[in-house]
Amino acid sequence: MMTLHFHIEGGNFTNAGFASSQVKKTLKQLNIDSGLIKKIVIALYEGEVNIVAHALKGEIVVEISPETITMILTDEGKGIDNIELAMKEGFSTASQKVREMGFGAGMGLPNIKKNVDQLFIESTVGVGTKLTMIKQLDHA
Amino acid sequence: MKVIDLVQQLNLKVFTPGIELDRTVSGAYVSDLLSDVMGHAREDQVWITLQSHLNVVAIASLKDLSAVLLVKGIVPPDEVIRKAEAEGIVMLGTLEQTFDVSGKIYKMLV
Repeated sequence: MMTLHFHIEGGNFTNAGFASSQVKKTLKQLNIDSGLIKKIVIALYEGEVNIVAHALKGEIVVEISPETITMILTDEGKGIDNIELAMKEGFSTASQKVREMGFGAGMGLPNIKKNVDQLFIESTVGVGTKLTMIKQLDHA
Repeated sequence: MKVIDLVQQLNLKVFTPGIELDRTVSGAYVSDLLSDVMGHAREDQVWITLQSHLNVVAIASLKDLSAVLLVKGIVPPDEVIRKAEAEGIVMLGTLEQTFDVSGKIYKMLV
């Protein structure tokens, strides 16, 4: 079992994607199937950008075993009021500034769901959000 | 087709002279929505866009795109060029708008 930790700063788009890039490099070194890596990177990047765009700060913990990769993204921030609505393609609460950068199209959570095997979302308004994403690595 | 072929035939500006233009171009993806590119662009495609901030480089790198082509004479900020060179991402530019340059690249690819 290998564990990677990352701190994510809310509002700082300069480093958005750093954690995803490090995880991609690690998975490549572990000779994980490239099709699986692509899906994992899409999901993790979306989760990482969500923390930057919506939260004050967050943590990403990635646990890699021979069978699965588990990515736990925990943030402190405003939380998600209506998770069902947030999962809908096209729904977004992103700011105008974030939208002008080409983010906030309401595709993040749907992209995550499409690319992992299991996605769990827990959120408390005014406290924060925890995303748990799991992808099997052993049935490529 | 290689990136160099695009540059020569379409007379594109190269913002990242430090990077070789020998990457294969298998296709192109046109979008200014970053999650759309993240979800749907494929390896070795050229990304045609008007977005020119740092996150464009991050996505191009994560997706193993062969180059980013900025339209309408958009010039990326210096910090974006520096990051692109560090990540090995070719940044290109054209004065043309998206539809026109996409049509030309489409013709070259099919």
